[in-house]
Amino acid sequence: MIIEKAEITEQKRLADNVFSTVLRTGIAKHSKPGQFVMVGSGSEAHLLRRPISICGADGDKGTLRLVYRTVGYGTVELSERKSGERVDLMGPLGNGFPAERAVEMATGQTSEKITDQTSDNTAEKSRILLIAGGIGAPPLLFLSGYLRKAGVKKEDITAALGYGSALPGLFLREEFEENAKTIIATDDGSAGFKGRVVDAAAGNNLTPDIIFACGPYPMLKAVKEFALRTGAEAYISLEERMACGVGACLGCVTKTLKPDSHSLVNNARVCKEGPVFNACEVEL
Amino acid sequence: MEKGKETKISVNIAGIRFKNPVMNASGTFGSGMEYAEAVDLNKLGAVVTKGVSPEPWQGNPVPRVAETPSGMLNAIGLQNPGVEKFIERDLSFLSGYDTNVIVNVCGHTEDEYLKVVSRLKGIDRVDMLELNFSCPNVKEGGIAFGLDPVKLEKVTEKIKREADKPVIVKLSPNVTDISEMARAAEAGGADAISLINTITGMKIDINRRCFALANITGGLSGPAIRPIAVRMVYQAAGAVKIPVIGMGGITNGEDAIEFLMAGATAVAVGMYNFRDPFSMLKIIDEIKEFLEENGIGDIGEITGCLSKS
Repeated sequence: MIIEKAEITEQKRLADNVFSTVLRTGIAKHSKPGQFVMVGSGSEAHLLRRPISICGADGDKGTLRLVYRTVGYGTVELSERKSGERVDLMGPLGNGFPAERAVEMATGQTSEKITDQTSDNTAEKSRILLIAGGIGAPPLLFLSGYLRKAGVKKEDITAALGYGSALPGLFLREEFEENAKTIIATDDGSAGFKGRVVDAAAGNNLTPDIIFACGPYPMLKAVKEFALRTGAEAYISLEERMACGVGACLGCVTKTLKPDSHSLVNNARVCKEGPVFNACEVEL
Repeated sequence: MEKGKETKISVNIAGIRFKNPVMNASGTFGSGMEYAEAVDLNKLGAVVTKGVSPEPWQGNPVPRVAETPSGMLNAIGLQNPGVEKFIERDLSFLSGYDTNVIVNVCGHTEDEYLKVVSRLKGIDRVDMLELNFSCPNVKEGGIAFGLDPVKLEKVTEKIKREADKPVIVKLSPNVTDISEMARAAEAGGADAISLINTITGMKIDINRRCFALANITGGLSGPAIRPIAVRMVYQAAGAVKIPVIGMGGITNGEDAIEFLMAGATAVAVGMYNFRDPFSMLKIIDEIKEFLEENGIGDIGEITGCLSKS
């Protein structure tokens, strides 16, 4: 865990209320997809750091990218900072996605799915499915880039991206297209499939081995059902109000089916044991 | 002050020496484990653990925390693994550090406090006990003792008989007369008192028409409550002879010295650890700098310099 003032090197608006901030920080070298940073405000009236998931990290350049929606004081303040200004960062935090597991499944020994595909031609080849709902997309973009660098073929990754509407802009879509086949869903039908992103993925007859998802709770519930139906492993990234971000305050917990390792009471810390959980191990 | 002589910032509470007067407030630092990677625990006056009950406690539903102006509300509900796991994991971890360990004890009933205290008997790594009679987020027990001076005195007395370590009684600010509560703790045999715990508060999300916390109410902490805390430390310190550990919204050395001058022998940093995990270390340095700049050789010279007694 590193705590430091990081310099902003790039500040961009991607869509209505969605911003991309790149910072120079030692945190980049240690960051994995699915992890997050706690961003401090400059205001003495707003003392809690805000958890923001990492959208990309370049260890060699030492740059970390955050993509976030402005929802309150902390994120608005971050979006208004200029290049060259410094921001108080703490991270990387949380467990991250089990990316190695996906790499192993997609590049390793012949799996049962491959023989399935020869017998069932209608099932589209897709081994890794990323499902993003709105501002849940950034950590999955980081993951898609990581998977590609680890040798996973683009055709083995599908990214299903859900947005409210295409009008404010389908942020990060083009970047996903570099790493994965993409499926777009919008609530209002202004682009791609009209309706829920999980239904869009299901409608494409995908039979993934492993699913990674981040988005609002109703979407994560649908992901869990989809995973149970298709027999895929599913890992979901949860969001919760946090105070410390490191596991000390027990402010952010989620109900687990088994006793959690910290308190033995089926209440795992989202910031420490998570934010990524096996969908079958949490109550949604 | 003699030239070349080291400024003395160590303090003594109930016969226990603290290398400096700065510790964390219970519940804001775990048992130090989560911060140890970044913060050198050996430099702290003490680590005060999160509340420990006899059995694991579930805590409250989420959301458990909400930011408020210069502060925050919390209603964690004392989620903890219970005393057995605490001894096995947390105290073993703390054995690797040269700092005092104060175990915060919580329970629903008198019997539950006694169970924890008796289980901790004979364990050398525990230097002191802090009795949590002031958490506003647990429905039964706890706070019930903290709001009634007669009950507070009785339960303190019983626990004192069972304890083999000095006992600190942590007081709730949610009372009309803090002096009365301080005197009750002293009468029950407490070796020290600590205050203030959080102040009961509420926040409403007007857009969603709901409470910000699932528990509806929560405990307010942070700089927003500091003037109330300083006032209560001043009143409590003036009412008793036992040492006082002061806390409530401390963010820097200046804040800490306010508490010392109001009558606290030591101070605790709570919410500000979330903002700046290094804040306790900075506060230790800032206290020292203040003493040196003002030619004060011993921190004891400012403790209670404005207190009533």
